Amino acid sequence: MRIRSRRTTVAAFVAVAAMTVAGCSSSGGRPADEGGDDAAAGVADTPRMEIAMITHAAPGDTFWDIVRSGAEDAAAKDNVELNFQGDPEAGNQVNLVQSAIDSGVDGIAVTLAKADALSPVVQKATEAGIPVVAFNGGFEDWQESGAVGYFGQDEELAGEAAGTRLNEDGATHELCVIQEQGHVGLEARCRGVDNTFNGTSEVLYVTGTDMPSVQQAITSKLQQSPSIDRVVTLGAPFAMTAVQSVDAAGSDAQVVTFDTNSELIGAIQDGDVQWAIDQQPYLQGYLAVDSLWLYNTNGNTIGGGQATLTGPSFIDSTNVDRVAEFAAGGTR
Amino acid sequence: MSTSVSPAGTAPAVRDRDDRVRTRSFTSRLLSRPEIGSLIGALAVFVLFAAVAPTFRQASSLATVAYAGSTIGIMAVAVALLMIGGEFDLSAGVVVTTTALTAATFAYQLRLNLWVGVVVSLLVALAVGAFNGWLLMRTGLPSFLITLGTFFMLQGINLGVTKLLTGGVSSSAVSDMDGWDSARAVFASTISIGGVGVRITVFWWILFVAVATWTLLRTRVGNWIFAVGGDSASARAVGVPVKRTKIGLFMTVGFCGWFVGMHQLFSFDSIQSGGGVGQEFIYIIAAVVGGCLLTGGYGSAVGSAIGALIFGMTSLGIVYAGWDANWFKLFLGVMLLLATIVNLVVKNHAAKR
Repeated sequence: MRIRSRRTTVAAFVAVAAMTVAGCSSSGGRPADEGGDDAAAGVADTPRMEIAMITHAAPGDTFWDIVRSGAEDAAAKDNVELNFQGDPEAGNQVNLVQSAIDSGVDGIAVTLAKADALSPVVQKATEAGIPVVAFNGGFEDWQESGAVGYFGQDEELAGEAAGTRLNEDGATHELCVIQEQGHVGLEARCRGVDNTFNGTSEVLYVTGTDMPSVQQAITSKLQQSPSIDRVVTLGAPFAMTAVQSVDAAGSDAQVVTFDTNSELIGAIQDGDVQWAIDQQPYLQGYLAVDSLWLYNTNGNTIGGGQATLTGPSFIDSTNVDRVAEFAAGGTR
Repeated sequence: MSTSVSPAGTAPAVRDRDDRVRTRSFTSRLLSRPEIGSLIGALAVFVLFAAVAPTFRQASSLATVAYAGSTIGIMAVAVALLMIGGEFDLSAGVVVTTTALTAATFAYQLRLNLWVGVVVSLLVALAVGAFNGWLLMRTGLPSFLITLGTFFMLQGINLGVTKLLTGGVSSSAVSDMDGWDSARAVFASTISIGGVGVRITVFWWILFVAVATWTLLRTRVGNWIFAVGGDSASARAVGVPVKRTKIGLFMTVGFCGWFVGMHQLFSFDSIQSGGGVGQEFIYIIAAVVGGCLLTGGYGSAVGSAIGALIFGMTSLGIVYAGWDANWFKLFLGVMLLLATIVNLVVKNHAAKR
């Protein structure tokens, strides 16, 4: 038994090794030569400071990866030691902020998607003399919590911009797909679309962590309501899946989306997806870190007491080629 | 999930089946099959949605429902076998994502034919299963704890390795590489039957369930599975290779996880590294609705398929019926609970005869 299983293991390894040699792909794959390091900008000579960035991101989300690369680029330039943390549970996010206060960081950048839970601990940080900036979520609550700036978009406003655009496109029946039921920001986007859109609006909830079920749910909705002519998704990966659903259901609907990643940019170039609303996540991460650096080194605040809007802006066939260059590098 | 939920009333059912002397009527024998309760539940759910949702009755909609059943069911059948063998696997959801990421990343980074990635990820999936089983037998700890550990470890590996290699949190797109078309044909194609597109996973699902049913009911290995789940100490005493059986069951879960992972990769091209979390419970639910006991030693492969189908019908039926989306999860919970209760009532009824 033991000998046989060892023989099987050896045979398996030999087989894999043989295939590895024989099975090269003639196309695709990792580019032959990786680009050089992009840290071309100089580094500030200010004293090293420590900044904690604490988000409500679920692990493994492409959107937050872009936020993070913006924050890291700013940190590298400003001589900042960046501590990036995230937890989708409000209670855990509060604990992360508290531990940042306890460890005496020089600044905190926090998302206020669940503002009621986060506001008290943000006030605590301010009282402890640690400057806080809010970004991405908390458009309505950041001033009250004592944050010195806000970088993001108003989700409802972004939704309204999408609704207006749908009117211009001549759509009559849209389906707004929410990948996380009860998420304030996502609900606000769909509500915004509904506010300005003249046609019929419907909402569909799907389980974002299980892609086949997302595909199936959108397909079944399109089969049930053949009059749907636009599918509005709230994240780039879901737009790619919606394109397949439209195909499977034999529907004529077009797909539009909030947020982007590099595959989605390709889909806009190919015409599979009509347009995307971009809230510039790179800019949110970058400005959050950079504004704390400015505040600590020079007492500056950005936005004059008002929120600094990073979106909404549209990416469509007219400007997609320029954005595509940056998206390939993981910064758009 | 707690094993104490197992209904006390089902214990006599098991004892009754062991009572070899008594002759029983055909209906009584039929009603004491593990999957009969879920079959009645499935029919009830089907009739309900067929009555309230006209679209649900269309052939194309039924094909979508079958597809939904298949992506859950392929895993649920392996999870059902494992539960009959008396163990849980909480890493079953994440291992799907792990295999898809492995196949894509391995082939992409080394610029190989995608089939090489497919084979390598199969080895990884089997290794994860073997590790779970080996550690279980080695330590004697509950599988709940061991696979919870694997669940977190795989989640970390999925994120960490992907980020390290691609610089992003989703695998690189591989649709322009060699082997894509043939692998897609095997794992993710659509077959047209009378003008209705049916996903190939549906056929694989039927095949897997048939093989599992045959193994359980007609082979020595099937007897071993029931024996180790019923009482592993007595099973060992009468010469059943408990260790090999349990490790084999975990590897079966790994295999099915690999299959679903390949389906996801060749359907969606690029894979989000955070996916699959929470799915493990849906597989367990499908197996339980289909008549598996949480305590092991009892259940069926066909039942798991019916359980998966109930889940597919309910989650999509709500959409076809156009019911208020805000209540989706509530409907889902009520439907699943009803199916399980019908299951229980029928089983108790059959046991009393």
